[in-house]
Amino acid sequence: MPRQLLSGNQAVGEAVRLARAQVVSAYPITPQTTIVEHLAEAVGSHALDADFITVESEHSAMAACVGASVAGARAFTATSSQGLALMHEMLHWASGQRTPIVMANVNRALAPPWNIWVDHSDSMAQRDTGWLQIYAETNQEVMDTVLQAYRVAEDPTVMLPVMVMLDAFLLSHTYMPVDVPDEATVDAFLPAFSPRDRVDPGATQLFGSFSPPSLCFMELRHAMARAMDRAQVRLVEVGKEYSQATGRPPLGLLDEYRTEGADAVLIAAGSLAATARDAVDRLRHDGKKVGLIRLRVFRPFPTEQVRALGRRFPVIGVLDRSFSYGSGGAIASEVRASLQGERSPRPKVGSFIVGLGGRDVRPEHLVKLYRRLLEGHAPGEEWVGLREGT
Amino acid sequence: MGTAPAPAPLPGGRDIFEVRFHGRGGQGVVIASVVLAEAAFLEGRGVQAFPFFGVERRGAPVVAHTRIGSGEIRLACDVEQPDALIITDPSLVGTVAQGSLQALRPGGIALLNSTHRPEELGLTEPSQGTRVVSFDASSLARQHGLGSAASPIVNTVVLGAFAKLTGLVKWPSLRQAIEEKVPVKREANVAAAQAAFESVGEVAS
Repeated sequence: MPRQLLSGNQAVGEAVRLARAQVVSAYPITPQTTIVEHLAEAVGSHALDADFITVESEHSAMAACVGASVAGARAFTATSSQGLALMHEMLHWASGQRTPIVMANVNRALAPPWNIWVDHSDSMAQRDTGWLQIYAETNQEVMDTVLQAYRVAEDPTVMLPVMVMLDAFLLSHTYMPVDVPDEATVDAFLPAFSPRDRVDPGATQLFGSFSPPSLCFMELRHAMARAMDRAQVRLVEVGKEYSQATGRPPLGLLDEYRTEGADAVLIAAGSLAATARDAVDRLRHDGKKVGLIRLRVFRPFPTEQVRALGRRFPVIGVLDRSFSYGSGGAIASEVRASLQGERSPRPKVGSFIVGLGGRDVRPEHLVKLYRRLLEGHAPGEEWVGLREGT
Repeated sequence: MGTAPAPAPLPGGRDIFEVRFHGRGGQGVVIASVVLAEAAFLEGRGVQAFPFFGVERRGAPVVAHTRIGSGEIRLACDVEQPDALIITDPSLVGTVAQGSLQALRPGGIALLNSTHRPEELGLTEPSQGTRVVSFDASSLARQHGLGSAASPIVNTVVLGAFAKLTGLVKWPSLRQAIEEKVPVKREANVAAAQAAFESVGEVAS
């Protein structure tokens, strides 16, 4: 498996090429644009045998992908921030029509004020659209996750779209070593997309269509809910199969780092987890028992796994790079909800809002949070790194 | 993969050696950061390269970074205190150099593209053991036909000089990295970088 120095956006492009996507439709937006550039070049040079559909907006890009997918093509798009927000309506069409589209979303803040830096608010605002959501920690995971995403999405028991998240600049524009699987390995792992149902001019079928209250609307939504449950199982299984095919460590819903005997753990998603691993190493070096829970999959949310963590660790801190106004950090809310109904003693759960709009989060900041968690300080909601007097 | 001999310790015994480039948009500063990372990667080190996370435009001041580690690098945050500073554009020497030097880690090294000596530029070494070196990269780039006479592209030239000054990467790996990662005028870039490598003195680290 050749190891190459790739930016996160290049890793997306290479993974989509290896996945042999058949239709790519996307609209450029910083910091996602180099993904589309990479794929446009791949299509232009015939490295990727796909139709590249240029469109006037992200809304149309997703519409093109939905059309391609119901026709039986493997479809891909990429976006970020305002582009994802503009796509919102079509995200429901993609999941509701059960189209297994894979989309890369480069996590970026929403304006105003204009800000092109990392922030998870864009994707967290789409958590109820029926898409799976997977957050990559490194460019290696970007590559691995895009390939796994197609396998899970196209599984006949799932048939739901997948959003793969990578942090603006910290992953999208940062070059890191990536093991790139060869084409034969990927072809064996990811066979061609062959859906049971597809638009066929010779057959009578309904796609989308119309349902009055008494017909099938609620049943279709119930079917989506159960498909999400199966997706959770398939995510773990496909992670193991990818590991067997490539020799890379298996990726699941969440994973643990140095949690043995931990008195306090942090939960983090995206590249924050990478920085948190350094903070854990520093504290473990000083004899402090702390660990990290890296949340990889946010939708479907790993409720049972989080409940199990609650029985093992007395203090849990949650890092959120987004905020739901009038409620709180999105991940912290889910973690607290997951722990409801557990017998006491329940763990203390602290919520930390960090790194909005690309505000730098350094290992030393997280070391401080760990030290406070060890003292039993688990705030209901605390914003970390605010400038004073602003 | 994993068969190369263990690389030598990093300058100053650092676990992670951080380099900051200052230049102008369109001069290949981001490519320089990737080439340096690639060279170190070829020597078996952990690496990262990234632009300043900003809105780069042709002609505007641009910052890029390379992290080189004795092992895998996981950090996903800004470079706060670089071990080395490379200023590729002479017009930036006056505006950003003194401020940037203050950010340099004590004992670090700064390489300026300038026809003037640092003391002529009023640049003082910010702390004991810190080295400030100037080098006329623009003339060398012009001689090799890189960029135009008015705005030479000096990115590979400064890397040649930097590699020699610091010993951070060896010439064969830098050469291979330039061949792999520089999109235009590969032969001229290699020749110019080699000329720079051979024309500056080594600074013990």
